[in-house]
Amino acid sequence: MNTRTLPLFVTIGIFLAGCLICWVQFPNMASTRVLGNLLTDNAYLGIVAVGMTLVILSGGIDLSVGSVIAFSGVFIAVMLRDTGLHPLPVFALLLGLTTAYGACMGWLIDRLAMPAFIVTLAGMFLARGAAYLLSIDSVPIAHPFYQTLQNAYWLMPGKGRLTLIGVLMLLTFVLGMIVAHRTRFGTSVYALGGGEQTARLMGVRQGRTTVLVYAFSGLMAGLSGIVFSIYTGSGYSLATVGTELTAIAAVVIGGTLLSGGAGYVFGTLVGVLTMGLIQTYIVFDGTLSSWWTKIVIGLLLLVFILLQKGLLHLSETRLAARDA
Amino acid sequence: MMFKTLMLTTAAFAVSAGMALADGKVIGFSQIGSESGWRAAETTLTKKQAEERGYQLQFSDAQQKQENQIAAMRSFIAQGVDAILIAPVVATGWDAVLQEAKEAEIPVVLLDRMVDSDPSLYLTAVGSNLVHEGEVAGQWLAATVGDKDCRIVELQGTTGSSPAIDRKTGFEKGIAGHDNLKIVQSQTGDFTRSLGKEVMESFLQAENGGKDICALYAHNDDMAVGAIQAIKEAGLKPGQDILVVSIDAVPDIFKAMADGEANATVELTPNMAGPAFDALEAFWANGTEPPKFIQTESKLYTQADDPAGQYEARKDLGY
Repeated sequence: MNTRTLPLFVTIGIFLAGCLICWVQFPNMASTRVLGNLLTDNAYLGIVAVGMTLVILSGGIDLSVGSVIAFSGVFIAVMLRDTGLHPLPVFALLLGLTTAYGACMGWLIDRLAMPAFIVTLAGMFLARGAAYLLSIDSVPIAHPFYQTLQNAYWLMPGKGRLTLIGVLMLLTFVLGMIVAHRTRFGTSVYALGGGEQTARLMGVRQGRTTVLVYAFSGLMAGLSGIVFSIYTGSGYSLATVGTELTAIAAVVIGGTLLSGGAGYVFGTLVGVLTMGLIQTYIVFDGTLSSWWTKIVIGLLLLVFILLQKGLLHLSETRLAARDA
Repeated sequence: MMFKTLMLTTAAFAVSAGMALADGKVIGFSQIGSESGWRAAETTLTKKQAEERGYQLQFSDAQQKQENQIAAMRSFIAQGVDAILIAPVVATGWDAVLQEAKEAEIPVVLLDRMVDSDPSLYLTAVGSNLVHEGEVAGQWLAATVGDKDCRIVELQGTTGSSPAIDRKTGFEKGIAGHDNLKIVQSQTGDFTRSLGKEVMESFLQAENGGKDICALYAHNDDMAVGAIQAIKEAGLKPGQDILVVSIDAVPDIFKAMADGEANATVELTPNMAGPAFDALEAFWANGTEPPKFIQTESKLYTQADDPAGQYEARKDLGY
């Protein structure tokens, strides 16, 4: 086990330990219903976390995604209400829009050499504001196609529901793994996160990679917005406030280095499921304040940051020892 | 050895949890959050009611997020609770999860707020008539002001939530036909004290330092309490220079009324669980279908209704 894969194994270990604790205390938590819920309830978070993983791997951050999800929901709801369009072309239009939005932010970050934090913070306010402009009320989606999407599930044995959006999240993770670990673009993202110097030496086209990685995050945020609108059957401009931070937390708990360059997309999936598990545990207990979710996530984040620092320190001393 | 002891203790816990499940009904309660004192009182009264009736209450606080409420409802269904109480944070987007509860044959009772789903998906809804509350407030103001011109500023609740929409509509209905009453400013204060104060400050600036404002209508008492602070800081006398009318009847507004800083409030009783449990018990006993909406009373309190005494009676409810 090397220092690169250790965080991933720690993540998986924590998740399995969490499952065990849940199972010992509430034996009826080990049901396909809970499993189905875990996938369905975290689908939008998982999808957006895939985009966030790539962004963080590249050494950046994207704070706009929560607002983009809310904007997407309102955009779809308003379009379906005011025009006679079928949801599918609306989805295509939306994904184009959010991808372009992400690309623009990426371009600004690269060209103006601005911190990603500031540019995407502006993007966050812009998208939330645009959602408000479209509608301040929550808009229900009544299109029959949505009913079909919402009722698309496979009844697992034990009455659990494997929903369309749950499956879509898993597919997105597969896509994310292929993009990050099996393509040239993925290699460039890792190189960029490893340090601009390294990236230049490796011949990575920095501008292009930056634009693409934020465009990818925008695409994922748009897709997550579609999933969220299926999940709630409505568009609401106040939805998913703070989701960007939850996604970042999932990525870090998933073992990705916050400074970029190291991590696995699969770890993020485990991170998302771990967070969902904590929430489920607290509801099953029924007496704990739900703020415990945040407290436990905070502690986990701390553990991972300390772990990363420790590993970094370890590899540095090892390097120094070799040089000496 | 350590490990063994740990496992044994956890197992013992699991068994005792199982024992608790065996007696009495298990009720899942998905609360919006604790954004106002009123909601805290609703939570306290619901827990109290459940305890008195021997129910086990599974409580989940959604921290103002619909996604948390949907997830909590799904977990309740997976747990197989006997009934679900939910105070929905927003009106839209509940069809799928309500359908799931219905298929699992778990009755759902909506507390205090409505949803736009088909009524066949839930057992009943307990709530006050929000439009009526706004109307009572509006009528009181129209009667109090008489024939004088009156420029009103309005602090709305959370954007898009049903109380914000209905209390606005009701108030407008209450002052309809009185052309001397006019709403000149209307913005959201998100039902919170801090935003109530902040938005009131901007109203005061926009309306000639507050001299042009004759009355404030806030969609809840908490925003009114925040606004009263802003009015005082602007050097005006709340309750005299600017009439203050709001809705909910929380203890702090009675304190303000006793001090002459607020004028009237319309009560929204926090005991929604009582009628909800009554309806559920009748339903379990012999399948009685309650009406789809159980309305609670909307009582008007003014400075003449012993606000100091009302404060004493309410302060320990957990507001």
